[in-house]
Amino acid sequence: MTAVEVPVTTRKDWASDQEVRWCPGCGDYSILAAIQLLMPELGVRREDTVFVSGIGCAARFPYYMNTYGMHSIHGRAPAIATGLAMARPDLHVWVVSGDGDALSIGGNHLIHALRRNINITIVMFNNQIYGLTKGQYSPTSELGKVTKSTPFGSLDHPFNPLSVAIGAEASFVARTHDMDRAHMIETFRRAHEHKGAAFVEVYQNCNVFNNGAFEGITAKSARDDMLIPLRHGEPIRFGSEGQWGVVLDAQRGAQIVEVAEVGEDALLVHDETRTDPGVAFMLSRLSRGPYEPTPIGVFRAVNRLEYSAEVARQVDEEIERKGPGDLAELLRSGATWEVS
Amino acid sequence: MSDTAERTSAPAPQRLDRVIIRFAGDSGDGMQLTGDRFTSASAVFGNDLATLPDFPAEIRAPAGTLAGVSAFQVHISDHEITTPGDAPDVLVAMNPAALRNELPRLESGGTVIVNVDAFDERSLAKAGYEKNPLEDGSLDGYKVYEVPMTSLTQGSVEHLGVKPRDAERSKNFFALGLVSWMYTRPVETTIRWIEERFANQPQVRDANLAAFQAGHAFGETAELFDHRYEVRPAAQPPGTYTNINGNTALAWGLIAASKLSGLPLFLGSYPITPASDILHELSKHKRFGVRTLQAEDEIAGIGSAIGAAYGGHLAVTTTSGPGMALKAEAMGLAISLELPLVIIDIQRGGPSTGLPTKTEQADLLMAHYGRHGESPLPIVAPHSPAECFHAAIEAARIALKYRTPVILLSDGYLANGTEPWRIPDVADLPDISTTFATEPNHTNPDGTKVFWPYKRDPETLARDLAVPGTPGLMHRIGGLEKQDGSGNVSYDPENHERMVHLRAAKVAGIAKDIPDAVVQGDVDDAELLFVGWGSTWGAIDGAMGRLRARGRKVAMVHLRHLNPFPPNLGDVLARYPFVVAPELNLGQLARLLRAEYLVDVRSVTKVRGVPFTAGELEHAALDLLGGAE
Repeated sequence: MTAVEVPVTTRKDWASDQEVRWCPGCGDYSILAAIQLLMPELGVRREDTVFVSGIGCAARFPYYMNTYGMHSIHGRAPAIATGLAMARPDLHVWVVSGDGDALSIGGNHLIHALRRNINITIVMFNNQIYGLTKGQYSPTSELGKVTKSTPFGSLDHPFNPLSVAIGAEASFVARTHDMDRAHMIETFRRAHEHKGAAFVEVYQNCNVFNNGAFEGITAKSARDDMLIPLRHGEPIRFGSEGQWGVVLDAQRGAQIVEVAEVGEDALLVHDETRTDPGVAFMLSRLSRGPYEPTPIGVFRAVNRLEYSAEVARQVDEEIERKGPGDLAELLRSGATWEVS
Repeated sequence: MSDTAERTSAPAPQRLDRVIIRFAGDSGDGMQLTGDRFTSASAVFGNDLATLPDFPAEIRAPAGTLAGVSAFQVHISDHEITTPGDAPDVLVAMNPAALRNELPRLESGGTVIVNVDAFDERSLAKAGYEKNPLEDGSLDGYKVYEVPMTSLTQGSVEHLGVKPRDAERSKNFFALGLVSWMYTRPVETTIRWIEERFANQPQVRDANLAAFQAGHAFGETAELFDHRYEVRPAAQPPGTYTNINGNTALAWGLIAASKLSGLPLFLGSYPITPASDILHELSKHKRFGVRTLQAEDEIAGIGSAIGAAYGGHLAVTTTSGPGMALKAEAMGLAISLELPLVIIDIQRGGPSTGLPTKTEQADLLMAHYGRHGESPLPIVAPHSPAECFHAAIEAARIALKYRTPVILLSDGYLANGTEPWRIPDVADLPDISTTFATEPNHTNPDGTKVFWPYKRDPETLARDLAVPGTPGLMHRIGGLEKQDGSGNVSYDPENHERMVHLRAAKVAGIAKDIPDAVVQGDVDDAELLFVGWGSTWGAIDGAMGRLRARGRKVAMVHLRHLNPFPPNLGDVLARYPFVVAPELNLGQLARLLRAEYLVDVRSVTKVRGVPFTAGELEHAALDLLGGAE
């Protein structure tokens, strides 16, 4: 490969010519903006970038990116992206999904992509509702939620997306939200740079069917006390005065405490790189929903073998060991006999 | 081998033109291996042959029960044959259950070789025998040889220090040795195979060798058998031959297609009987750049293949009926995306889990119509195990040239059945290379040059394909209806109708690119035409031969392309007074032909998990013609 410099691009270069058709006021717009702003900074080429999606409002995303892209079928984007990334490790493959697409119909593909650690970046817009089908409860909707399909309240216990991802031993797990562009850009950058499967949950407001679902924690006035920023190597603390913190209690797991009560030294120091997913899992359980202080940022970023590179390695090693395959030889590799 | 020089008066073997042998025993007895080895020795010897492995779905059904009987039928011949034979001439039964299960199949007056050691009270009871059939006269009319195989095997390996329980495991090699003697098979092929296969387990190797040789020597010295038989090599066209089953031939055909197209091969698959062996075989051949993914489910199998196809690989997914049902939505996506993809369905008995290890042809209508919306795709079907190789190349050729998913319909019989195959010269295989777009293909009114993913070749209607990584041709495709040409999402009713017709016309147009159907037999004056597809070829060919030997005028046409049909098929069908479609389903091809050509196609059907015999089709034809004598 000859090194040719990646051309300098701007946000405009990454936007397709298609009219964006989400509802006015949808949180998807700000996520799209964040990614289009981030792209020129990544030092990658548009032609080497592919966005794959399934079905749902979020799944329209690829149409708006001036890259290669595929809007596929419901829930299957991680499977399609897996095949693409295996075949073409030279590409940057993104999956854009929603809570229904990724956790309901596509739950199986999601966990398997994460455990295999294939080099794809999965961005899951979580709005806790089905938008495109007009307002049914989703696998992340809270218990008791009244929707078109649950007029008496939802009986389904919701998934915690990060617990699912960490349970699948995802090597990169993060959360961000649509009200903080800088945080989104930084989180997506980290996800892109990660070698392996990266999972990012984005709290996203559906202003039509579930308006204000995250307002209690993401509104500017609420953030200081309700969002817990995770920063690698730093004690986990939050609050306008930094008065709250997180400790690991041997009996009760991760707990929120007043720093003044326990002292700063008692706080849990955030370490993204713990091989064991246990602490990251506990952090994902810290909040029961967007009405309690909720951690955001990178929960987990560990190195483990990346699938597409390992597939390529096996192919390369076998060719090196035995030479490239010879078809005529293959056809004669069983017992043969001559008829003259 | 034991020294035979002093047997000056060894009787000359009696020459047979063909023989059908059925090995049957418990699932744990190694009957598939025994049959397979006998077949290999016969193939190398130069016989023409066809095989039918017939085993239960359970890995180990309770030992000694009827449900656990595993059988392998092989037909060897000194002339060209196309089927594993109707009724076996020889049955090797390793236990009472095998005898009870398989005896009804045997030719009357046929030969039965039993492992008499296994006929104890308990085993007889397990097989449901109240009396010992070896003693109650129920085998009168058969030539019965009672051989204490278990004890003779144990005796033969005693000197190796093998424990009796382990020794018993070698008794299938004793049986193989005995039958190899009876039919004058050369022993070197088998001995070499045992030595190589068990090289890392010296005691097992030596025990199997000893048992094999003891079986052979037993035939020679026991004076139980009055003489040996001989089936001479068949006259075959010159060349190098190998014995191959359908799944291996498919795997090799896919590797060949990868070479011939210049595209790396990708397989996304989920294990399912009887298709898994294709995944096993392809996963071995990384030297050819093959990438295989054992996906989390059937949908991910085809999903990953669609991803790889988009990335410019020759993409394949393999499955059987239940998996086809799960892949249906993704097939629709591939049709809409117009991406090349080979979908291989090794049909088995259905519906639902059905008969996982038994053959059937009941997915034809599903292949044609089993998706929502107007979603035609080409269908190719091999007719014999070896022909699977060429069918795989043909499926890939159509997929790449027309940018479409193609279904290849094989079945359990082709998958596991074997036949000798004259290995083709690689230079004679077709060029199926394709090109991807590297430049814009459309100029906007303002003069800018752009890439339109749905701009088509006017001849083939195939769309231009640009793979990710190609500078300047970035574009988006998806399952939503798209504007003809630009590929942008479009809900315009006229555009949708145009696209539906374009996709249908593209597939229908492949008829111009496939050979005419060829009629064989009494082409000019047949009173009856067989029309078949897939694995029924052998039985139809056999039936036609027998009918013509009776003086009847019969012809056959066998379809390799099932969508679109060969361009001359309508004319062919209209030429003959009777048109008969034998199928291992309830008449699916017949229904398609009737609808397409308004011809009164008669159906002959069978759904018993096993292929037609030539005799069944012969008599079905005679019934129709009213000429049974």
